[in-house]
Amino acid sequence: MISYLTKRLASLVLSLFVASAVIFLVIEVIPGDPAAYMLGMNARPDTIAALRTELGLDGSVFERYVGWVTGMLQGDFGVSYTYRTPVATMVADRLWISLPLALYALFLTVVIAFPAGIFAASRRGQAGDYGVIGATQIGIAIPNFWFAMILILVFAINMRWFSAGGFPGWENGFLQGLKALTLPAVALALPQAAILTRVMRSSLIDVLGEDFMRTARAKGLSTQQAIFRHGLRNALIPVLTIIGLQFAFLLAGGIIIEQVFALPGLGRLVFQSISQRDLVVVESVVMLLVFAVIMTNFLVDLAYALVDPRLRVRA
Amino acid sequence: MSVLQVENLCLEVPGKQILSGVGFEIAAGEILAVTGESGSGKSMTALAVMRLLPNAVRKTGGRILLEGQDLGSLSEAEMCRVRGGRIGMIFQEPMTALNPVQTIGDQVAEAVRIHSGASRREALERARQVLNRVGLDEERFPLSRYPHELSGGQRQRVVIALAIAERPALLIADEPTTALDVTTQAQILDLLKGLVEEFGMGLLIVTHDLAVVSEFSDRLVVMREGEVVEAGPTQEVLRQQRHEYTRALFKASGHQAHLPPVAGEHAGKPLLAVRDVFCSYALPRKTPFSMRRYFDAVKGVSFSIRAGERIGLVGESGCGKSTLTRAILGLEAIRGGTIAIDGKVPETARGRVQVVFQDPYGSFNPRHKVARLITEPFHILDRQPTAGERRDRIAEALEAVGLPLDSADRYIHEFSGGQRQRLAIARALILKPELIVLDEAVSALDVSVRAKILDLLADLSGRFNLAYLFISHDLSVVRSITDRVLVMKSGEIVEEGDTQTVLATPSHPYTRSLLEAAPKLPDFTQLRETANVSESL
Amino acid sequence: MTRSQRWNWSLVIGLALVSVFAIGALISLFWTPHDVTAINIASRLKLPGQGYVLGTDHYGRDMLSMIMAGAQTSIAVAILAVGIGMALGVPLGLAAAAGRGWLDELIMRGNDLAFAFPALVIAILITAVFGASAVNAIIAIGIFNIPVFARLTRGAALSLWTRDFILAARVAGKGKVRISAEHILPNIANLLIVQGTIQFSLGILAEAGLSYVGLGAQPPTPSWGRMLADSQTLVGLAPHLALVPGLAIILTVLGLNLLGDGLRDLLDPKLRAVRS
Repeated sequence: MISYLTKRLASLVLSLFVASAVIFLVIEVIPGDPAAYMLGMNARPDTIAALRTELGLDGSVFERYVGWVTGMLQGDFGVSYTYRTPVATMVADRLWISLPLALYALFLTVVIAFPAGIFAASRRGQAGDYGVIGATQIGIAIPNFWFAMILILVFAINMRWFSAGGFPGWENGFLQGLKALTLPAVALALPQAAILTRVMRSSLIDVLGEDFMRTARAKGLSTQQAIFRHGLRNALIPVLTIIGLQFAFLLAGGIIIEQVFALPGLGRLVFQSISQRDLVVVESVVMLLVFAVIMTNFLVDLAYALVDPRLRVRA
Repeated sequence: MSVLQVENLCLEVPGKQILSGVGFEIAAGEILAVTGESGSGKSMTALAVMRLLPNAVRKTGGRILLEGQDLGSLSEAEMCRVRGGRIGMIFQEPMTALNPVQTIGDQVAEAVRIHSGASRREALERARQVLNRVGLDEERFPLSRYPHELSGGQRQRVVIALAIAERPALLIADEPTTALDVTTQAQILDLLKGLVEEFGMGLLIVTHDLAVVSEFSDRLVVMREGEVVEAGPTQEVLRQQRHEYTRALFKASGHQAHLPPVAGEHAGKPLLAVRDVFCSYALPRKTPFSMRRYFDAVKGVSFSIRAGERIGLVGESGCGKSTLTRAILGLEAIRGGTIAIDGKVPETARGRVQVVFQDPYGSFNPRHKVARLITEPFHILDRQPTAGERRDRIAEALEAVGLPLDSADRYIHEFSGGQRQRLAIARALILKPELIVLDEAVSALDVSVRAKILDLLADLSGRFNLAYLFISHDLSVVRSITDRVLVMKSGEIVEEGDTQTVLATPSHPYTRSLLEAAPKLPDFTQLRETANVSESL
Repeated sequence: MTRSQRWNWSLVIGLALVSVFAIGALISLFWTPHDVTAINIASRLKLPGQGYVLGTDHYGRDMLSMIMAGAQTSIAVAILAVGIGMALGVPLGLAAAAGRGWLDELIMRGNDLAFAFPALVIAILITAVFGASAVNAIIAIGIFNIPVFARLTRGAALSLWTRDFILAARVAGKGKVRISAEHILPNIANLLIVQGTIQFSLGILAEAGLSYVGLGAQPPTPSWGRMLADSQTLVGLAPHLALVPGLAIILTVLGLNLLGDGLRDLLDPKLRAVRS
């Protein structure tokens, strides 16, 4: 177990290190002079020079990278050029929408996919199974932002159950906030739920063919009991992998959905920053997203060890 | 009253009858063996009793009575109470028969709980008792062990424990020892026999191995292609061999190939020399900072093979014989010692040594035709043969292994297991090598097919002055087709000598234990001869 | 067994749907019912049927023509992205499986790292520095596809490397590169074809998403994602502006997924022969 943990932890640190280097390279090295790029074609040389000093671009590439990373480790993500505010506070505000949205969507995904996948697998080849497969085929094909538009059309414009967009802020009550995130979360979750349902189904079907499931039946368990007591936990291993990948998708996909619902999350921040060429903000948001994905993978690795005792000894 | 009665059982998959009119009964305390080759329907019979047939299989007729009660009349819920309660079942593959993510204690306790409604604590206590009974003591095998921490034989004991936890009236064992080494097999069979006596239950054992049948069972059912060909008390059936198929099966099981004497101009010239060879694997590090440790799979092995000589290499799983084989083929780096084929290292002597693997189904690329498959070794040659030469060589190789010429244009899936093994031999022969390594080459085959392949090998060794290294876990196979035998244990060769001598008077205790553990076919030849004499009088 | 006797409906429907859009895209290279860029305010926001098969948008542009031309963009972007993923991912996967040891470790760690960058994040990075374009969308989706194919290839290849027929090839003196090309690749080709259609469909979805947020194809290149973005404010007024491109995406992706399933069924006997 210790060996497994240390190995995963080492790989986490290494991944973060390399990922940050890649991001730094793309944003700060490839464009040549970021300051000139940010100010555009018509900037005066002295303005560029001033910005260079402000951004700390005068040092060597290596010094700048080390400065950037040590800053982030202390919670200092630099100062936005356009807004003149620390990036850390800007990002933190937005994160309070983007992260709950992704978690909410993940919750919905799992809540839909697990029962549907188990249902389909235990009725393999029957009408119920084909029904679920058909539904997932369509679910996978639906672009989430289009689905979001349809949800707005139906539930906000026609039925007026939800508002078409915007966010009241958490300070006006948790439920109000949750309500504002419901349509976006549903739009994000449904296509992902379709994917996860299929993974759950096929993983469970694979497990159902295993010898130990026959042993369970020979013990006197009914098919249902055998699935719940022995099948599920074994089927969970590939499912966890997909859930980990999906969280990354939900977080990134949230950026698009935020556009549809005009939510003031990371998405809006990043698109504004791109159009204003505010590289400092783009760099930080991207690093944050990548950090979240790598962290999720790490947590999935830990979950493997909980689910599968074999991993605790094997390195 | 009999524990189990099977009457006129018929099964079919769409379009094909797989059992027709199978019937037998088992009394309490009796061991009934069902035997036959693959496709005989023996495992299907066992699954039909449990009502755990695969979905595609339909029961089309017959009755199955457990202690007089028709199992076909029970609801699925009632059948669940029968499974694991009144009938226990053990399967062939112990490595996969247990849930890998649950402790052995929980798995045995579950069998107790669903039938007796015992509390978790009571069930675990009962599980402890049962595990003790099957030989997994508390000290070394606490309930908190996971299956992956146990060996194959130990796992099979756990499976037995959960099958007998509720003291069933009937135990079904489907090839329970086929995946195990002979010494483990003997222990498991002993355990089962003891349990049958102690509990007075009936035991239905499905096995392909006539030697196991004859040593272990009270009564015998011989099946072929879904039908019972002969049944009766085991010793009687085996002695009288009234049915022609039983006779053929018996003969093939104890088949002795006739090995021609070593001949040829180079006979006796040293061919392969293995000196002090070490092979090792890196073990996973305990922590990322600790030293990497190595496991020695082969520890200082030395032996040699002369031209035309037929050598057996025998050992149980994990003894290092596969690693050694791969080293001889130049597929595995050695950590110490030397391997020389006529003075050259294996990598440069390719073509003079060829190989036949165990699994006839995995040995060929499914996308190529036979002509291309068996000529793959031509790659080694410096000069590629012309189309004409190639055709001649293919014809020659196919003829040598007894396959028709038109096989060359067919794909591998059109061939049976035995035919594929012939093709594997053809591929090994095509370069006219001096040595062929046969890695468990007949282990996956039915006895009748195996007998023919053994005859073929004996014949080829004479025709081509071929030396071979025959690797097997089974001493009885080695007996008839090798001149000399090496016995390997834990990476070392513990005994070496003339095959007949080693088998008749083994000097190493390990060889002795192997020979003692191996079930033997009874020798009825003398009996039958006397019977013939008395008849002729 | 019994299924193969019946029609392979997935394949038939999938092929039909994909053909419709592929042919539409091909025709649009030479001809569209109306000029895609022609603005005609007089006939703006026409519903489907009112002289235009699929109606017109708020500039009076013909929706059918835009869908046909948009199919071109979607298919081109997705195909090129799958091409990038396969061209780089498959050799990496083969090398990782053949090389084992440090090479495998290096490739797989690189793979894990690439998984940490969702296509959208790559697109954001590229766009922030180089500006938005369809080429960036192709690169972003293509990079995202590399680890998918690398991982799939490695997994399938690793299981093949343990098979006896590979050992036999090694005994015949064949090297790792030759074995990978001659024995491994042909035996995983079906798997790659099936995964290819799936990644193709994901590529269509991703392209639409990127264009929708302005990171993909730029005006005047017609694109389904941009059509949806343009329709956003008008969706209450003229729902067909959102429905038509939305259905185009759904039907294409559905068609590709069905095609993938159908191909899997069609090729399965051989796949099974490799696996078992």
